[in-house]
Amino acid sequence: MKRKKAKVLREDCVACGACVKVCPVDAITVYKGIFAEVDPIMCIGCTKCATICPASAITMEIPEWA
Amino acid sequence: MWIITIVYFSIGLFNIMFAWFGMICFLAPMLMSIFGKDKAFCNSYCGRGQLFTLLGHDRRLSINKELPSFLKSKWFRYGFLLFFMVMFVNMLFTTWAVFSGSGSLNESLKLLWTFDLPWKWANRAGESFPLWAVQFAYGFYSLMLTSLVIGLLSMLIFKPRSWCVYCPIGTATQMICKIREGERL
Repeated sequence: MKRKKAKVLREDCVACGACVKVCPVDAITVYKGIFAEVDPIMCIGCTKCATICPASAITMEIPEWA
Repeated sequence: MWIITIVYFSIGLFNIMFAWFGMICFLAPMLMSIFGKDKAFCNSYCGRGQLFTLLGHDRRLSINKELPSFLKSKWFRYGFLLFFMVMFVNMLFTTWAVFSGSGSLNESLKLLWTFDLPWKWANRAGESFPLWAVQFAYGFYSLMLTSLVIGLLSMLIFKPRSWCVYCPIGTATQMICKIREGERL
């Protein structure tokens, strides 16, 4: 089964780091203080980051390569 | 760090000069973003962010509504930053007026720049401080308290860290990081 993964909308991200803290597999980092980045290979699609993101900048999508 | 936030606001209510310590929350994130630590302050050290996560997420006090899109827009975020900067400069002018002797000391805490707080707990620690420093402390504490109240309200209604979306410090540090990397604002 293809699993949905977290994807960050860079334009909307405020780089607050709320998602980094809730990620159970440490798949998220904040790139140079500008936007958060999700490692799609590590992401388990738990949606915790998408739920906590105050700017709703994280969506759950099936990656193109999946 | 969230404990420090609570301690700061509690002591500040009783001894206004303690407000000066809040400058750390102003300067530390700026210096960090300028000197290559990116948004480490927001991400790891911000006591306010931690407090909102603790109350809204861990203690489930937040209704978790979606933040309206205009509050998330760049115009609002940069506008709010500009507004806070104008209010900060305005406070510096008041401080200058007291320093130069043309203005008198206004010993009141203002919420949202309009409402005087109904109590007068906050007092100076003796007469050992210059009046301008006391005026700055009153102005600065009012600014901090106002933003905390706005932050707490958005924590309750919207997602816990909604304040972070339009936090002037957060917007400013992200702006510094973007400029440093040559990204579009």
